Amino acid sequence: MRRISALKIKTAVTELTRRANFFLRKDVLAGLRKAYSGEKNKRVKNILKAILDNAAIAAKEKLAICQDTGMPVVFAEIGQEASIVGDLKAAINKGVEEGYKKYCLRNSIIGDPLARGKSGFSPCVIHADIVKGDKIKLTLLPKGFGCENKSQTKMFRPTAGIEEVKKFIIDAVKSAGPDACPPYVVGVGIGGTADYAALLAKKALLRKISGKGLQLERELLKQINKTGIGPMGLGGASTALAVHIESYPTHIAGLPVAVNISCHALRSASVVL
Amino acid sequence: MKKINTPLDLNKIKSLKAGEELLLSGVIYTARDQAHKRLAEAIKKGARLPIELKDAVIYYCGPTQRPKGKVLGSCGPTTSSRMDAFTPLLLAKGLRAMIGKGKRGQEVKSAIRKYKGVYFVTYAGCGALLAGCVKKAKTIAYGDLGPEAILKLEVKDFPLIVAVDSTGGSIYGKD
Repeated sequence: MRRISALKIKTAVTELTRRANFFLRKDVLAGLRKAYSGEKNKRVKNILKAILDNAAIAAKEKLAICQDTGMPVVFAEIGQEASIVGDLKAAINKGVEEGYKKYCLRNSIIGDPLARGKSGFSPCVIHADIVKGDKIKLTLLPKGFGCENKSQTKMFRPTAGIEEVKKFIIDAVKSAGPDACPPYVVGVGIGGTADYAALLAKKALLRKISGKGLQLERELLKQINKTGIGPMGLGGASTALAVHIESYPTHIAGLPVAVNISCHALRSASVVL
Repeated sequence: MKKINTPLDLNKIKSLKAGEELLLSGVIYTARDQAHKRLAEAIKKGARLPIELKDAVIYYCGPTQRPKGKVLGSCGPTTSSRMDAFTPLLLAKGLRAMIGKGKRGQEVKSAIRKYKGVYFVTYAGCGALLAGCVKKAKTIAYGDLGPEAILKLEVKDFPLIVAVDSTGGSIYGKD
């Protein structure tokens, strides 16, 4: 067994809050630059320029890329031969809390979803997975709620065709319209159970934008970009930068599909301990 | 680009058309979900409001904490439609302009036309860039709401696009 202390985990998570919130992912920046250079509508091109300028200012001034520093979501891939000394969940939450305080990020977390009340910095949402090996990989995804609010999950009949699934995904983007800060990255989870499809949709946002991918992803991207929503809903060629689909086996009686939309400020950072 | 200063009286906004781009300078107030709920409750009770709504500009924004040495943290717009339920009442009480992101509902557009208001959008997801337009910031009400408190901001050349003009014309068309 390889021992990893909770303190080391906490410190690493604190650093992830800085990296994720101040520095836009390189693949997202590349996607935005490509959208900017390909855009012909002058007003929309200016908006894309503002988005790129914003990322540069955030990095330089050590300001959050977006004031909605999200509900922090932490993916912990824990090697089965790693032994954690101390309280893992407490370490992750403490790391988030310390980072959000230290780097002046936003306290957007409400303790009681119905009673509401004062907001704080934690807890975050933790998805833990057991993997091979003796290391721990931690990924922080600060997920803003302008786009999280546009998430959708649907349980299709097992006899539903792919066209129905495609329509559901495209309609989810259309119903988000300009509200969730396009150009989007559209995360899709297909299969598993209702909860697992939703998790896959979120995990799909972690995959790097590559311009490659499945035929279905490319086809959906093309159709989404034909909707003409565009940055701030003002048209143009880039409603989405990418569509990422993650699939998993499912039950003979169903076909769960979930869509998790990310705004253009798709932020995440990882570390391996 | 056309420049405009607060307070936004009717004369300043009535000629604005959906799609027009402007730079706004002057005083604006941040208010989002919980502050709207409290303002609406106060109006219904006939209580005194913490801000003067007549000709005021409300910015749907909940900034990050203020970093040391800076006026304010990142401060971009939040989704406007969440405030739709409260907006007609605020417009009836004199609110002139709103700044946010995204579409508004039919009732809000009707109320904008009725009370001669205006709805602006600004660069969404660009809170670090917009922070550069804020010259002063002060919490003036509902401090217990943290990021949802009402702040008085003094802004300089804050970039706006007219999304719904005083005739109800919308940059997003008829839907």
